[in-house]
Amino acid sequence: MRKTLLALLALCALAFTANAQSGTVLLNAAGATFPAPIYLKWFDVYHTAHPNIQVNYQAIGSGAGIRQVLAGTVDFGASDGPMTDEQLAQSKVKILHFPTVLGAVVPTYNIPGVTASLNFTQKALAGIYLGQITKWNDPEITKANPGVKLPGDDIVVVHRSDGSGTSYIFTDFLSKASDEWKNKVGKATSVNWPVGLGGKGNEGVSGLVKQTPDSIGYIELIYALQNNITYGAVQNAAGKFLKADLAGVTAAAAGAAKDMPEDFRVSITDAPGAAAYPISSFTWLLIPAQIQDATKRDAIKGFLKWMMTDGQNYNEGLSYAKLPKPVVVKEMKQIALVQ
Amino acid sequence: MATTATSMDRAVPPGAGPRSLIHRLRHGDEVAHVVTLLFAALILLVTSLLVFTLWQKSHLSRAQFGWSFLWTSVWDPVFSHFGALPFIYGTLVTSVVSLAIAVPLGLAAAIFLAELAPRTLSDYIAFLIDLLAAVPSVIYGLFGIFIVVPLMRTTIGPALKHTLGFLPIFSGPNYGVGFLTAGIVLAIMIVPFIISVSREVLLTVPRDQREAAMGLGATRWEATWKVVVPWARTGIMGSVFLALARALGETMAVTMVIGNDPKIAASLFAPGYTIAAVIANEFTEATGDLYLSALIELGLVLFLMTFILNGLARLMILATERGGGRPS
Repeated sequence: MRKTLLALLALCALAFTANAQSGTVLLNAAGATFPAPIYLKWFDVYHTAHPNIQVNYQAIGSGAGIRQVLAGTVDFGASDGPMTDEQLAQSKVKILHFPTVLGAVVPTYNIPGVTASLNFTQKALAGIYLGQITKWNDPEITKANPGVKLPGDDIVVVHRSDGSGTSYIFTDFLSKASDEWKNKVGKATSVNWPVGLGGKGNEGVSGLVKQTPDSIGYIELIYALQNNITYGAVQNAAGKFLKADLAGVTAAAAGAAKDMPEDFRVSITDAPGAAAYPISSFTWLLIPAQIQDATKRDAIKGFLKWMMTDGQNYNEGLSYAKLPKPVVVKEMKQIALVQ
Repeated sequence: MATTATSMDRAVPPGAGPRSLIHRLRHGDEVAHVVTLLFAALILLVTSLLVFTLWQKSHLSRAQFGWSFLWTSVWDPVFSHFGALPFIYGTLVTSVVSLAIAVPLGLAAAIFLAELAPRTLSDYIAFLIDLLAAVPSVIYGLFGIFIVVPLMRTTIGPALKHTLGFLPIFSGPNYGVGFLTAGIVLAIMIVPFIISVSREVLLTVPRDQREAAMGLGATRWEATWKVVVPWARTGIMGSVFLALARALGETMAVTMVIGNDPKIAASLFAPGYTIAAVIANEFTEATGDLYLSALIELGLVLFLMTFILNGLARLMILATERGGGRPS
């Protein structure tokens, strides 16, 4: 009995050393929850193709992801909002932003008796969330929806209660739509909402909207698509009303690509272009520019290259929009900066 | 376990022979004394570490806002203004509402189960109630969202408005989510604690107390209400404070039904927010050191609130004991 046990132990030890010799690279990463499904898919597919590279990703939220990168407790992080200048200054090593996929936020509503798809001007959304537009038959809403009979009931506003990238994208959009919003409320993963009820997560917001007559909320496009939730169209920078879809989100990114800053920390809400959906955003991987461990460095660089080429083909199956070509070209150059 | 092993060694006085160690181990007294003392001290250590961590990590926020943190009612992560007042208010209001509903309900049920119901029926029901106490809070939250919230919006709310609408606490728009809904869900959660503990306490009241009361001509109800319940008063209060502790710290079930809006409103229909809920909601995505520090200070405030309320509870129990009831 004892002998077999010993033999087994020896075998385990052998297997372990053999494994170590073949150079298994275990990467730890943490951050945003919004892109977590596609990240997990990527890491899984990449691991199948390269069995020696394994990524352990923890979806603990963008804020926590940034903190872990700053503390150096993970090999790389992920965030729905770019790091601020202040945060970058805190870091010992330079941190590079790599856009990975695109997401969008859509307005969803529940008005008894109204089945038509509604159009929202940017002013209307800002006014509703500022608490200045309080009735559904406000001229700002009715003028964009000719032929739809809207009731004179009070609008019940719903927002996210948990800090989230979704709120970040939405408040970033509202900041561009209205100066008053920008000065009074601002953009962040959690803000001081002037009005409204808070629901936890996409499911909390859509649940509240579904249950509460005359309500409006905002949710991730992916969540709306996967759960067949109806949503409205939003006016873009060119004045067109667009109902969000993956092509429109990629178009927004392409529209912003021309003026893309070197560090990729760019907001693409209200992007130029007739086909650009206005409430779109990148989500980023946060990669330290200096990685001491050569095997880890090569593994991360290899993964980044794969992610921007073959990896992008997995996006649409999970309802994420693809990166536009010009952005990929630019990101490929940035990979060389990781040393 | 390593710590206990060393403490056992330490328990043996220097110079004691191996025989005396075996002797002591066999007879256990001293070892048991040290081991239990150690575990008791461990609890103290954990509590003080908890307070220390909360105190230390909330340093930035305490330095920035000082005491005004407690009475500022703005919570603005963008402009870094943080105040705890709406959360303190929400935590207290939901707890008070839940106790106002749960205490009469729980006490009445406990009296029925202990005094009036046949013993077998009482035991079966008590078993079910203990099961209820073990249900995870997220389940109560789902129950709240799917049952209590719609009921509140369509039935309970309008009925209250119709009858008691002149009171400020029942005025204003009713969304279905808010202080009252959170209070009701909390009441459902804590009532099993009150029933379960109060029933046990009522059952321990000696038989001769009842018989003596009845011998003096009291009816069964008079004997229960005037003799048995006062006798068990301390234990019943204990159950209420156990329930209060759960209500104060409840997170998931509350955040799902309270509306998560940090405002102070007189109306119970209005949406609100509690300390535990805001910490759970915003902690993971909190960027910025001051923001994080303010959330941790909220944790400190909640800890102190629980501490103070428990202290008050002790005082109340002492006062009632001195005022009669159970002879000591």
